[in-house]
Amino acid sequence: MSSTLVGRSVRQRRKKAGEMVRQTVAYAFLTAGALVMAIPFLWMLSTSLKQQGREFEMPPRWIPEAFEWSNYVFVLTEANLLKGFFNTLLLISLPCIVGLFTSALAANAFARMDFPAKNVLFTLLLATMMIPGVVTMIPTFILFKEIGWIDSWLPLMVPGMFGAAAGVFLLRQFFMTIPRELEEAAKVDGMNPFQIFIRIMVPLSKPALITQGLFGFLAGYNDFLGPLIYINTPEKFTLQLVLASFQGFYTSQWTYIMAGSVLALIPTLLLFFFAQRYFVEGITLTGMKG
Amino acid sequence: MKRKEYAWAYLFVSAPILGFLLFAFVPLSYSVYVSFTEYSGYQPPVFTGTANYAKLALNDELFWKTMFNTFYSALSIPIGMALALFIATALNQKVRGIRFFRTMFFLPTISSVIALTLLWKWIFNDSYGLLNYLLELIGIQGPAWLSSEKWAMPAMIIQGVWAGLGINMVLYLAALQGVPKSFHEAAEIDGASRWQRFVRITIPCISPTTLYILITSIIGALQDFPRFQIMTEGGPNYSTTTIVYYLFQNAFRYMSMGYASAMAWVLGLLILAITLLNFWLSKRWVHYE
Repeated sequence: MSSTLVGRSVRQRRKKAGEMVRQTVAYAFLTAGALVMAIPFLWMLSTSLKQQGREFEMPPRWIPEAFEWSNYVFVLTEANLLKGFFNTLLLISLPCIVGLFTSALAANAFARMDFPAKNVLFTLLLATMMIPGVVTMIPTFILFKEIGWIDSWLPLMVPGMFGAAAGVFLLRQFFMTIPRELEEAAKVDGMNPFQIFIRIMVPLSKPALITQGLFGFLAGYNDFLGPLIYINTPEKFTLQLVLASFQGFYTSQWTYIMAGSVLALIPTLLLFFFAQRYFVEGITLTGMKG
Repeated sequence: MKRKEYAWAYLFVSAPILGFLLFAFVPLSYSVYVSFTEYSGYQPPVFTGTANYAKLALNDELFWKTMFNTFYSALSIPIGMALALFIATALNQKVRGIRFFRTMFFLPTISSVIALTLLWKWIFNDSYGLLNYLLELIGIQGPAWLSSEKWAMPAMIIQGVWAGLGINMVLYLAALQGVPKSFHEAAEIDGASRWQRFVRITIPCISPTTLYILITSIIGALQDFPRFQIMTEGGPNYSTTTIVYYLFQNAFRYMSMGYASAMAWVLGLLILAITLLNFWLSKRWVHYE
């Protein structure tokens, strides 16, 4: 009996030691990984604060001797980054809000209402997520050219307002988790489907709506291909286009290019830090049930 | 009563369905036609039969090179998935600071692709870039990454893996947390080692997530454009010209919309075929509860 007791405690101790080793290895691995992720960002920041030309010093100085904040002033004003930022905001706000609304309405119907051809329509909509963007890119361009929308923001704004298949899908997943009782009660009270949607479903789905709104904002903010195809006039450039144009205007002036890049990251980073929970939940919601 | 509800429902779904018709179905159909024509975008399209497809298959060596490059660039997918699973597994070991680590890996996912690509272009700079400086510290003479035919694509793959880790890691972490503890406990009692449990329990349990990541990554990677446009512009000597990059050049630089549409269809059908193949093969390795 005593021998089994000793055996058990040895095993437990071994197990505990194993646990410690495992945790240590995990920490070492994660720390190395976190460094690999962080160092490029630090390098970006460091370069952006250097004096013009000092970025070519070897070995590089991680902390510049004097912080050249004027790089930031230059890219914001002279290099038009601020203008690009406001253009982006103007361009994406309306499609973001309208698109969220139309997606949510459709998601509500697919989750809660019954109508002929419902499954066919839903499958069709999901299929659009599978259509490679490159196939529709050229004919869509031709379409907008025919109606004279080239070099305007309209081709970038209008399609989004019809809602996005991915948004319909995510919101439908969420709506299906809401208990039906409230709705039934509202129906008895004589509310029509639109009133039920606005007064019951929307208030109960705030987290999912915020998530989808964030995704929409992020996609619009970071979009490059759309503006690249449709916009030619520099005054109408979005932030991403202005930033991309730095390569041509400030070739090898890495202090400016990096200052612009840092600034381009700030809005989405802020958004992420304040709404981290929504991002992670949204990704896992669509990913898991997909 | 029922009729009325149907009317409401159709009204609710009308916008996305109309959007589907206008911005997916109509362009898709028109694109089939355009792919059989010569079309500059200015003059009306001229029907040329299968000429575009014949040219692609037989007379355009560059197209085959871009096909090879596209698949070469997709090497970032298996590498990225394996790394993401490793990181997620490490994060799942009840470590402290899980939020901090998760955030670190996730940052590139929400960052501007243009900013990140410009950053890496600077990092890959042969004489003053961070990467070659770090390599030199450990005694390695780094290559001229982006101006070398041999190293430009590996550079794109490295950058792609770095930038794409976060989202896959978050998906894997959620999947790992969903693996029932009872499975592991039962196997442990039966004397299964940690590795055996990982291979026999964890991997099958998270296989639906693996399939999801695989399919979405392939669809994304085969159409990746902005990174190439910013980092290499398809060079040097076409070594990083992918199908999408070549297609873009044809459509918007040489104004060969017909030829570019044929290319788009070849790529689109290729993506469809790979996706279907994936689903078909997945019956053998994906386990749903």
